[in-house]
Amino acid sequence: MPAYAYRPFGFTRPPELDGGRTQAPVAIVGAGPVGLTLAIDLATRGVASVVLDDNDVVSVGSRAICWAKRTLEIFDRLGVGERMLAKGVTWQIGRLFHGEKEVFAFDLLPEQGHKYPAFINLQQYYVEQYLIERARDFPDLIDLRFRNAVTAHQDLGDRVRLGVSTPQGDYALEARWLVACDGANSPTRRRMGLAWAGQTFEEQFLIADVEMDESPFGDPDIPERWFWFDPPFHAGKSALLHRQPDNIYRIDLQLDAGCDGRAEATAERVAPRIRAMVGDRPFRLDWMSVYRFRCVKLDRFVHGRVIFCGDSAHVVSPFGARGGNGGVQDADNLGWKLAAALAGDAPETLIETYHDERSHGAAENIAHSTRATNFMTPKTPIEALFRAEALRLAHDQPFARRLINSGRLSAPCSLEGFALQTPGTAPVAPGRAVVDAALDDGAWLMPLAQGGFTLIGFGAVALPETPGVRRVGVGRSAPGYRCFGDASGLARARYGEGLAYLFRPDGHVAAVFAEPTQAAVTAAVRRALGHAPMRKAA
Amino acid sequence: MPVESPPVGNTPDWLSDPDGFYEALMRAHEGLSAAQSHTLNARLVLLMAGEIGDADRLRALLAIGRGHAD
Repeated sequence: MPAYAYRPFGFTRPPELDGGRTQAPVAIVGAGPVGLTLAIDLATRGVASVVLDDNDVVSVGSRAICWAKRTLEIFDRLGVGERMLAKGVTWQIGRLFHGEKEVFAFDLLPEQGHKYPAFINLQQYYVEQYLIERARDFPDLIDLRFRNAVTAHQDLGDRVRLGVSTPQGDYALEARWLVACDGANSPTRRRMGLAWAGQTFEEQFLIADVEMDESPFGDPDIPERWFWFDPPFHAGKSALLHRQPDNIYRIDLQLDAGCDGRAEATAERVAPRIRAMVGDRPFRLDWMSVYRFRCVKLDRFVHGRVIFCGDSAHVVSPFGARGGNGGVQDADNLGWKLAAALAGDAPETLIETYHDERSHGAAENIAHSTRATNFMTPKTPIEALFRAEALRLAHDQPFARRLINSGRLSAPCSLEGFALQTPGTAPVAPGRAVVDAALDDGAWLMPLAQGGFTLIGFGAVALPETPGVRRVGVGRSAPGYRCFGDASGLARARYGEGLAYLFRPDGHVAAVFAEPTQAAVTAAVRRALGHAPMRKAA
Repeated sequence: MPVESPPVGNTPDWLSDPDGFYEALMRAHEGLSAAQSHTLNARLVLLMAGEIGDADRLRALLAIGRGHAD
């Protein structure tokens, strides 16, 4: 019996089966974390979508559990961040063991003044449940259709036609854009026959979620990420331990490359492995899975009017929590661009920059994940020798600890140097995601910098009125726009006294100004929307 | 055990781009026989000694390395 009570969403007869027609401009395939994030993002911008999923329950098994600070900040913008934080297990320390000995620990958020922590652990079924419940707040803008399987699609140049199959019959649906958030085995991608070749790793890993009243972290029970190389309970291999809500613990064990995965994923085989790790503490197996992984990404994320988002566009190894978090960042990047193109505020070529920016993000995630996996699974005797010596040196030579790679955990992707950003140098360079800071009276900087184009002035800088741009002052009072106190000076220390930052709707810095003028801000907004630079009249 | 913060600068115990260096080192050994790898390692030790230069530091490193040898 799993700890989580699955409640099927059921099937609602779509209007198309009775001659009706949907006007939603965006069709999203897949109601997982990425598809739901995109649907809610679009709804907050007034854009309607139809979300089609062949299933009608949330994720079976906890699957993705580590949600990074940047993801939580995106969820905050969508109105679900605080709920995720309240339910999730907050952690920020990673601890690394070699054999029986602790070798070192790292702090993923060593500074104060952030609304969200480095990470929370929260089972994917809760994340999906909370997102679906939030989506239901937009009944006129989000049309959730469960047990609606997309079986065909055709790009008609200015729109896409989908063929949908349901328990009560088939129908056709048209939308301006089709966004495939249909996972690593994406039927959309397969239907299009797109190349999906990357690096496959031979090693197999066992994931087991166990419910325990007594914490395997011992006393004090402080949730952290514990990683072992060659632990006494699992000789010669690696092991990983995380805590989730509801007294559920995630255990990840490396298996032999050639083992029989199906035989390993049975209670008889798994229970002794868990017992070796947690000793006499009673436990109940909640969910398990044996997996192998690949690192792959599509060459192009945008194919005409079909856009790939999340696992359908890229997959990585799980060490580093870069799959789910990378996918949510995809949706964050795409939502405002789709809304701007549909509203006519931006040329449709803006959608191509989603590919440029997020393909870069995926490549970064794959590079980190590949290096971590290579370190964890040496391929030759010389690789094994170097790893063994690096681990031995790490006990007393601090420099060697930098070489130990048990996964480099998801950090916000920087979009520095991409075309939408106006080049410039600043403490938070154009392209980087908003860096949070605590302001006076319990306010936070991060929520102010997301949602729409926003110009934020830090300290003594006057902000010009600019159409389509919100203005916020920090650390000073000014007439005409909202201002927040910065008595601690934290925000000005992070952003620089006297600078004005233009944030994109996804919270990335588009431009920085020492002396912002309406003309300069307008030009930066136009650039961020993908317009060609304005020519001066002759 | 104290918790370390991520490195922020070129402190003595900081190795820049550690993952990139490790990947390059593994790549340098790719496809070599055990004997060839042994030769490459000897050559690398001498090259790095030339780069470090300081005889006292090199002697200290030799002692640390030898101390780890069983």
